[in-house]
Amino acid sequence: MPVLVKVLGFSLALTLGFTLVTNLLPQIEGEAPVEKTLDISAFTEESFIALGEELFKGNGTCTLCHNNMGRAPDIPVMNMVETSQERLADNRYKGEAKDAESYLRESMLNPGIYVVKGYGKKGSNDTQSPMPIVDKAPIQLSDIEIDAVIAYMQAKDGNLVTVALPTAEAASPPAKAEKTVQQATPTIAQNAEQAITQYGCTACHSLLEIESPVGPDLRDVGTRLDTEEIRQSILEPNAVIAEGYFPMMPSDFAERMRVKELEMIVQYLAEQSGE
Amino acid sequence: MYKKKQHIMPKWAGILLLLAIVGFSFSPHLLPIVAAADTAMDAQAIAERIQPVGKVRLLGKPEPVIEEKIPDTLSHENQEQELIPAPKLTRSDYPNIGVSSRSVVWLIAQLHLFFAAFVLAVPLFVLVIELIGFKTGDWRFDDMAHEFMKISLSAYSITALFGGTLAFALFLLYPQFMAYMMRVFNTQTLIYAALFFAESALLYIYYYGWNAMRYGDAKWVHLTIGLLLNVVGTTLLVVANSWASFTMAPSGVNEMGAITGNIWEIMKGPLWNPLNLHRFIANIAFGGAIVGAYAAYKFLSAKTQAEKAHYDWMGYTSNFIAILAFLPLPFAGYWLMAEIYAYSQQMGITAMGGILAWLFVVQAVLIGTILLAGNYYLWSGMSRTQGSERYTWLIKYIAFVLVVGFLIWVTPHTLILSPAEVATLGGSHHHLLGPLGIMPAKNIAVNLMLIFTFLSFQLYRRSDKIITVPWAKAGNALIVAIYVVAIVNVIFAGVYYGYFTNTVYKVGSSVIQVMSTLMVIISCVVIDTFMFKGAKILPSHWGKVSDRSQYALFALPIAFTWLMALMGYVRSSVRTHWHVYTVMKDNSPENYIPAIGHAGNMITIATLLFLVIILFIFWLASLSSTKQAPPVEQTATGGA
Repeated sequence: MPVLVKVLGFSLALTLGFTLVTNLLPQIEGEAPVEKTLDISAFTEESFIALGEELFKGNGTCTLCHNNMGRAPDIPVMNMVETSQERLADNRYKGEAKDAESYLRESMLNPGIYVVKGYGKKGSNDTQSPMPIVDKAPIQLSDIEIDAVIAYMQAKDGNLVTVALPTAEAASPPAKAEKTVQQATPTIAQNAEQAITQYGCTACHSLLEIESPVGPDLRDVGTRLDTEEIRQSILEPNAVIAEGYFPMMPSDFAERMRVKELEMIVQYLAEQSGE
Repeated sequence: MYKKKQHIMPKWAGILLLLAIVGFSFSPHLLPIVAAADTAMDAQAIAERIQPVGKVRLLGKPEPVIEEKIPDTLSHENQEQELIPAPKLTRSDYPNIGVSSRSVVWLIAQLHLFFAAFVLAVPLFVLVIELIGFKTGDWRFDDMAHEFMKISLSAYSITALFGGTLAFALFLLYPQFMAYMMRVFNTQTLIYAALFFAESALLYIYYYGWNAMRYGDAKWVHLTIGLLLNVVGTTLLVVANSWASFTMAPSGVNEMGAITGNIWEIMKGPLWNPLNLHRFIANIAFGGAIVGAYAAYKFLSAKTQAEKAHYDWMGYTSNFIAILAFLPLPFAGYWLMAEIYAYSQQMGITAMGGILAWLFVVQAVLIGTILLAGNYYLWSGMSRTQGSERYTWLIKYIAFVLVVGFLIWVTPHTLILSPAEVATLGGSHHHLLGPLGIMPAKNIAVNLMLIFTFLSFQLYRRSDKIITVPWAKAGNALIVAIYVVAIVNVIFAGVYYGYFTNTVYKVGSSVIQVMSTLMVIISCVVIDTFMFKGAKILPSHWGKVSDRSQYALFALPIAFTWLMALMGYVRSSVRTHWHVYTVMKDNSPENYIPAIGHAGNMITIATLLFLVIILFIFWLASLSSTKQAPPVEQTATGGA
């Protein structure tokens, strides 16, 4: 057999061997982040948190480092509200945050202000953070997206979501853009009473000096349920049915209510002791 | 005279083509396109654009206007200039020629890089071989160096042709990106073209003047020309590297991609020097491997024992160059990856821990092939001298370490499993193999493989010598002690820091391991140098190696070529959906990272094309030294 043929055959076999290895491995494509247009009027607490989770695990690329590999704090298994309180109490903390929400926001926008021990840039003695600033390239999260990520981090361990849902006003770019804003959403309730009225709670429940026998009396609900239970009763009304009542409460409040409205209602109800 | 023309014409055609392209890039027809893309911020244009990928936008609201921020550090002079951001591209900015634009550019760029790496590397070691020949008076070295250059010369014109084609393809398929790159690098591209002129002139003088400047002082002139050739060639390399490193870690531009620095600030990005070093060393290993394949091809085709002896010796020298350059390559790669992590942890993790992580299993297969082939060739070569019998008992242990190291290296960490498989395994990771899948185990494996490959080298070098220095026993004991300490150190650092500390220390431990490996190589070379003084040299019988060993010399360039293309795929992919990371997005239809299988197919196509052209070049080199026998004249007295 001529040398050229032997050499070509050997080369081809070896090359195809390498190709075979690459084709036996899991085939994963690294999709570029896709454009996502959201309707502000469609935001509910659940969808907002879901957006946060999607960003946390997707475009935000948070899980590249925040995982169980030890490169950055393992946020998915940490209670970030409790952790935030611990960090705020740490003597090394020099930031301006006062609560978990502002701490989490600050840590994303200015990650170098407090570096968790053992996670600083190599050689910086934990004075410099390797974390990218999330509103800059290549991540480039918007304010709304950052809020959604905070809401997710609060909600994932059952903590109170303190982040207000984005409003048309907050999201409006200044000056010329204002003219084009379409007010697709109804006015957001300014207080608990307004929210209760807006969502028609008193049609079935005794509340706000209105009596209704259809649903349980809520004028003393604060003595029977804690805030978590109240929140669950609104978001998942069929999870627990009060004795003697029918499961007829609408189950779409999670989609219709804003975070802020829900929390106002929950706080208001938690304070109702029947007095 | 006719032969010279044959070489020169395609090369000058390539150079003229390149100049035409550079000139074209400054054409007034292109510049307004850039300006239009930069300044057309009217509502219609915004509406037509797709939003920057990954950004949530409110329905019915325009894209927020981002104000240009001028860094305080800008000079007054620069502040007066208008800062033009990098263009934001839409799908319609990318011409569609009916086939995948990325695949076209990928193949041409890869072939250009293969040939460029080869032609820049060969003169580097040719100069050293020529100098050795001159200083030792052994003219075999001089002839071999000249023969290496002959192969490189044919490849030079092909490099230029692929370079020109690549430039055309880029300007055709990615016009906005190229226009931006031209705006950033500006007249530097002309300097690159000028350097190409200088490189060509020096290369031809160096090659064609070889015999005219062979002896005495003229040889020094020739060596100086060779040195200048390498200086210019290396400068070409680092200039071209600055384009690649700019797209990965841009410097001298602001957040919007507007130019804020001078050309030097643009070039000296954080990844430029690590890339320069890595490519410089890798090119030498690659070049050595290719000329090794040439020697193997000639050995297998040789008709006489003298030819076999010559090409056996040439193959050995080539393998020596390739493996010697290859040994420090992982450390240069380590520096590059460390700098990538320092620049952007996100980018580093995308390469090492993200979807590209699987690729390192393929890399392990390739480097394993290189090390096994390199070692096998050395062991086969030991049969050239009887003195090697003293060391042959060690080969089986070296082979054992190499095979075990290779198997650890290819052990994956995470597997995609069915529920039944998870139940059988007792978890997502195998209780024994799981720990072998992570980097500390692989670091131990690769360092031990390098140490034992060096041991093969050392044994080979010793096999034709009988050491006569009085302190030979003490010297040998010291060498053994160095090996033992280094091996213990590599294993201890890997196990302790790798499995009992957190990630930061895991990464840090590899520095200890690398230092241990380097210490073995450096200290043993130094000790051997002193021990070999006055040593009795045993005869070596060149040409007495098996044909099978020559296929190891073919395995090396194939694995090197494949590996080079694979690493190119990683280097390019870590930019994810950016033409220029963080400043210019890629909105083309192919702005995603292709799956490893697709990349493997592309790499194979590029590698096979390269091999076919290289074999053509080998044939050309043989053709140039083939003389047709003169026709036998018919005499008038012949015939019936």
